[in-house]
Amino acid sequence: MRFLVLIAFGAALALPTYARAVTPDEMLKDPALEARARHLSQELRCMVCQNQSIDDSEAPLAHDLRVLVRQRIAAGDSDREVLDFLVARYGEFVLLKPRVEWRTLILWGLPPAALLAGLIALLAMARRRPENEPAPLSADERRRLAALLEDGRGEP
Amino acid sequence: MIPELGHYALVLALALALVQSIAPCVGAHRRDGALMQLAASTAVMQFGFVTISFAALTACYVTSDFSVATVFENSNSQMPLIYKLTSVWGNHEGSMLLWVLILSLFGALVAVFGGNLPPTLKANVLAVQSWLAAAFYLFILFTSNPFLRLPHPPFEGRDLNPILQDPGLAVHPPLLYLGYVGFSIAFSFAIAALIDGRIDAAWARWVRPWTLAAWMFLTLGIAMGSYWAYYTLGWGGFWFWDPVENASLMPWLAGTALLHSAAVMEKRNALKIWTVLLAILTFSLSLIGTFLVRSGVLTSVHAFANDPLRGVFILAILVAFIGGGLALFAWRAPLLRRGGLFAPISREGALILNNLLLTTSCLTVLVGTLYPLALEVATGAKISVGPPFFNLTFVPLFLLLMSAVPFGPLLAWKRGDLAGVTQRLTAAFALAILGAAATLAVQGAAAGLTSLGLGLALFVMTGAVVDVVERTGLFRLSPGAALSRARGLPRAAWGTAFAHVGLALTLIGIVAVESWADERIVALKPSQSVALSGYDVTFDGVTARNGPNYRERVATFTVRKGGVAVGVMTPSKRSFRAREMTTSQTALMTLGLSQLYLALGDVEGDGAVVVRLYHKPLVLLIWIGAAVMALGGALSLSDRRLRVGAPRPALRSAIAAE
Repeated sequence: MRFLVLIAFGAALALPTYARAVTPDEMLKDPALEARARHLSQELRCMVCQNQSIDDSEAPLAHDLRVLVRQRIAAGDSDREVLDFLVARYGEFVLLKPRVEWRTLILWGLPPAALLAGLIALLAMARRRPENEPAPLSADERRRLAALLEDGRGEP
Repeated sequence: MIPELGHYALVLALALALVQSIAPCVGAHRRDGALMQLAASTAVMQFGFVTISFAALTACYVTSDFSVATVFENSNSQMPLIYKLTSVWGNHEGSMLLWVLILSLFGALVAVFGGNLPPTLKANVLAVQSWLAAAFYLFILFTSNPFLRLPHPPFEGRDLNPILQDPGLAVHPPLLYLGYVGFSIAFSFAIAALIDGRIDAAWARWVRPWTLAAWMFLTLGIAMGSYWAYYTLGWGGFWFWDPVENASLMPWLAGTALLHSAAVMEKRNALKIWTVLLAILTFSLSLIGTFLVRSGVLTSVHAFANDPLRGVFILAILVAFIGGGLALFAWRAPLLRRGGLFAPISREGALILNNLLLTTSCLTVLVGTLYPLALEVATGAKISVGPPFFNLTFVPLFLLLMSAVPFGPLLAWKRGDLAGVTQRLTAAFALAILGAAATLAVQGAAAGLTSLGLGLALFVMTGAVVDVVERTGLFRLSPGAALSRARGLPRAAWGTAFAHVGLALTLIGIVAVESWADERIVALKPSQSVALSGYDVTFDGVTARNGPNYRERVATFTVRKGGVAVGVMTPSKRSFRAREMTTSQTALMTLGLSQLYLALGDVEGDGAVVVRLYHKPLVLLIWIGAAVMALGGALSLSDRRLRVGAPRPALRSAIAAE
């Protein structure tokens, strides 16, 4: 998994060897605000890391972003405003959950569309099925079947 | 001399693979027994030569022959022997050699144990295996040769990346590759069937054990990787939705779907075309998984272009096998006859629903993993798709799947009785609702998702137990009779039950950790304590220690519960000499199924250390569940019906049990 990335690029990768992540001095005094900050941090990408949120990353940039998020929260921003602020500054790349818009339509739309299409296809198949049902056995066939079954029972 | 020997053996394997790619196909076409027979010998010889090649490379690592470039890059004479061995596959070139070693092993196994396969099918399967093998030998020889020498051999190697010097990683890559490559057999069988234009239930009986084995290894490989990431990366996450993890999850999801649809095909001769398609798709995803990771395209689109030869080669292999496989499918699949009618409410129907949900989840992971790349290539815009996306899309699909799991094994083949099954699941429903309600009562309405997850897990687990209880007649018959029926129950039925229980255990672990994990992040000076979840953890001090190829500073913490010491935790920081890298070793204390998790942060000026302490309730269930799933696979694999060439009587007990 992560290790495979590592063996692909060896030491050249900027993956952390461990995470210091949030440090005590960064935290907000108010536990409710801090909880909001932690929650938001998990939705924000550390842009110099590989697929890590700023909550997990030890990179200096992640530290700066964590502090920034907490400053905005302390200044009274709503969650939405904090995210808008960061997107205006760093672009959509900073969001780990892309916003639903035209260019992410396929991304968000494909899973439900695929499920729906699959269900519709299955329903259509289930409806078509009865036509394919073989004709009921005739009296003669039934007699032969019974005879065959009788034979089968005699086997060791 | 030894590296040249390995190099030469690989070239010989390529030559054999080229022969095996053509001769058996021609033989199968002309019904020429001798040409078809050839494939069996070449497959075994190929395995022999690749083994020699791999052994030669291993010898270079063990003897620290730094005149070989890859050994110099990835090894060090001071490393313990185990890491010298694991560094054979701890890099791109070596891991590709491991890949072909496993590929040739599977080819040889088919050659040796495929005695009762129809000769043309066996010949075609081995030929397709050889197409794959030839492509990979060429890839290794031309772009990733592990045996290249350095003109001026250095005295010391650069060392294996310290983060990879870990016992967990000794087994993770081989397990993962056994899974990835194992699916190649299903692929080869599918392609061979398409070439033949003929497929029957016996085909599924041959394909199922291979798929099952591959699935088992992949399950264990993913679990191992997840546990490694959990204790290594230092914040106690067990799954990150990292593209590299997704690359291994996709073949697992498709492979799980394949297992279930192959069961339908074997028992009821239905879903043939779909099963063949799934076999092609599953291995395609394994190939994509291997190459997403190998090519570097995941880190950035530009990394791909840095090594154009490798990148183009990879693309060519992907296009040839995935594109070729699907094209062949489109052309030949109409020849395969449909069979096995069934009503929508039946075991077949349930397994189709299983397939729909699994493939949709797989598609979700695929689109989430590749969309940022596609968007960047198409428009230049950069977006990120991370855990919050998958939590919103994948998780609901998977919960939906879980809610359907208990119904499958209880429904009858062909035409099932949903009302009857629902009634038989009353106990499972009751337990699930009780569990969910209890969670809500204790935790309040905010724990909605927790109670849903727990309820579903209980439902799946009890459902699996109900299935076994009903089949054995426990509580209904005398204990002796039930025991004898339990013995007579096909292993495959036990396998299903175990795999489903494992799934439920994993879900419980995930829900518990996501909902009830607790953490403290504090700076501690010696003899200061921090309290968490009823435990007091005291920082005793830091000592220095020397390892074979590193120095470490070990912090000692004493864990107490109610004033009584229960143990000592010793997280450390290691400085590796060769690479001048520092890693942090987390400390774990297992308490039943839960763990205390301690990671060391910075050491501050006044002798204080920053400590991240977590309590992870029931966390071990996540991986125990995966192990139980794999155990289910093993049980199923040991079923007489699946052992190729098993004697007939097995068939009768199987029928009697259903």
